[in-house]
Amino acid sequence: MSVATRFGPYGGRFVPETVIGALDELTEAYERHRDDPGFRAELAGLLDRYVGRPTPLYRARRLEAAWGVGCLLFKREDLCHTGAHKINNALGQVLLARRMGKGRIIAETGAGQHGVATATASALLGMECCVYMGRVDMARQRLNVIRMRMLGAEVRPVDSGSATLKDATSEAIRDWVTNVGTTHYVIGSAVGPAPYPEIVAELQSVIGDEARAQSLADLGRLPGTVVACVGGGSNAIGTFRAFLPDAEVDLIGVEAGGEGLTGRHGASLALGRPGVLHGSYSYLLQDPAGQVAEAHSVSAGLDYPGVGPEHSHLRDTGRVRYMNVTDAEALDAFSRCSREEGIIPALETAHALALIAREGGALSARGPVLVCLSGRGDKDVDQAAAALGIDA
Amino acid sequence: MPDGAARLERAFTAAGRPVFMPYVMGGYPDLAASVRHARILGRHAAVIELGVPFSDPLADGPTIQAAGQRALAAGTTPDDVLGVAAELRDGPPIAVMTYYNTVLARGADAFLARAADAGVAGLIIPDLPVDEAGPVRAIAHQRGVALVALAAPTTGEERLEEIGRHAEGFVYCVAVTGVTGGEVAVDDRLTGFLARARARIRVPLAVGFGVRTPEQAVAIGRHADGVVIASELIRRIDEAPDPAAADAEVAAFGAAVDRALTASA
Repeated sequence: MSVATRFGPYGGRFVPETVIGALDELTEAYERHRDDPGFRAELAGLLDRYVGRPTPLYRARRLEAAWGVGCLLFKREDLCHTGAHKINNALGQVLLARRMGKGRIIAETGAGQHGVATATASALLGMECCVYMGRVDMARQRLNVIRMRMLGAEVRPVDSGSATLKDATSEAIRDWVTNVGTTHYVIGSAVGPAPYPEIVAELQSVIGDEARAQSLADLGRLPGTVVACVGGGSNAIGTFRAFLPDAEVDLIGVEAGGEGLTGRHGASLALGRPGVLHGSYSYLLQDPAGQVAEAHSVSAGLDYPGVGPEHSHLRDTGRVRYMNVTDAEALDAFSRCSREEGIIPALETAHALALIAREGGALSARGPVLVCLSGRGDKDVDQAAAALGIDA
Repeated sequence: MPDGAARLERAFTAAGRPVFMPYVMGGYPDLAASVRHARILGRHAAVIELGVPFSDPLADGPTIQAAGQRALAAGTTPDDVLGVAAELRDGPPIAVMTYYNTVLARGADAFLARAADAGVAGLIIPDLPVDEAGPVRAIAHQRGVALVALAAPTTGEERLEEIGRHAEGFVYCVAVTGVTGGEVAVDDRLTGFLARARARIRVPLAVGFGVRTPEQAVAIGRHADGVVIASELIRRIDEAPDPAAADAEVAAFGAAVDRALTASA
């Protein structure tokens, strides 16, 4: 089956001509390998024994009580090797790159989780790895910078623009344009030119496939509501896809509300207009002249003015509801989850939790609420401690 | 006003030798200076490439990125740059270089109407490859503005043919596998690419990215109809101590490139 390139009107390949050949090559390779039993077995074996899949579906009973939710389920992607769902995609893409004969891997990273996952997969599979990261993000996610370097990756600081994820992505694309013959670009979210959004969504759909089966096995029913945070939207699309045909399941994506929607934020789907950034047509925060706006979020992983094209389509069709929570709400949920459940979530993930803290009682009327616990928060402890006034 | 595609084709072919297509960024270092630099270069150029500053220029290296940031910080808008084009309408034909989101934000129809009013002959959109360009091409046609296609050394044979089928005005051949501001090597890979392009594309070929010196322009001119120099011009403007010196530098460099191309013919 050919790889999807459009989601409704969204998606496409809006990139310099130089990389079109490489996108064709990637499309062809992915179509050939994704159904190849050898590739599937190699990836499945690594997901099983290296990543630690399947990840558990855990019932968070103390937060149920705190937030007035009848049944709250965490899909524990934080328990994946390297601490977030990003490894599902990174391993698949680096395996594919090796089969394509590329020896060099590049990636962009915001929170550093995708950079760490790509550096990990590159170390495991013997590939050279270079990760672009905004200077601002390097400061707020210092731990992950050290991890990437320990794993043998080169971390290249990006100073242009807002020195965050948007600028790191631009710089990674420029590297790819320059070194396209030898290099595979591992995009970390369900964004970018086709075929990336589809490849990332398929590699991440293991989350929702497992969660759906686990819900049926554990509860004998589907959840009433499924919640995930959305920056570019890879954990969300990976979680939602399995539930898209289940019309009775309410799907909610949670964007970064930042300081609130009248201030600085990262809520592309709430307040953006469709436009082109990083190779695809999708909702985008921009000024009236089309200059891309700087996003803001306390979470580096959600600090992005664009969003994956499939989310834009799901927003327009209404199949997924997109809501947002503020930095302050996310920090509060971060704190509550840590204290009530003994799980320190990533600040990105804390956005999904904050939505449940706020709306959980109402959501609960539909039945169990399942949230993708997309990553753990070790990387965020310095920043969160400062925000929450916790001393060492 | 004659059709933009015809004006561009004629500009590249009338001299019977390779011609110079300098790049000027609208609003850099300020709007008045960009008009002045384009006028000065117009004496030595067959076509002027006029860039619209964009927040996230994926095809550009550090020099043009920084120039764009400076132009944006000074408040330059796409409308301002089309205003620059209108001021230059009596000079060589203008090809406006803009990223696709700038066109989308305004609406392709409104953007092209304004460009046509300003006398713009062609539109270069580096992140709008030929297979995504259909809707914009149709609108550009109605307005008499050529949608200029790009080709790269990595472009395969079938795509070169598709680009050739849609080509109008000229085709912008990217000389390096990379972004602007690098260093071109006039080697077998580049000349082979230009020969492949020539075999499949009827309209003139302009070659840019990484061209810095009159000597490189001459070497490339042997295989092309036009040579683009962008980052090097901006670098020279950057390094000039004052606006008068920048104007003089632009004039001297433009004359040197033009002289070299003329002598090589």
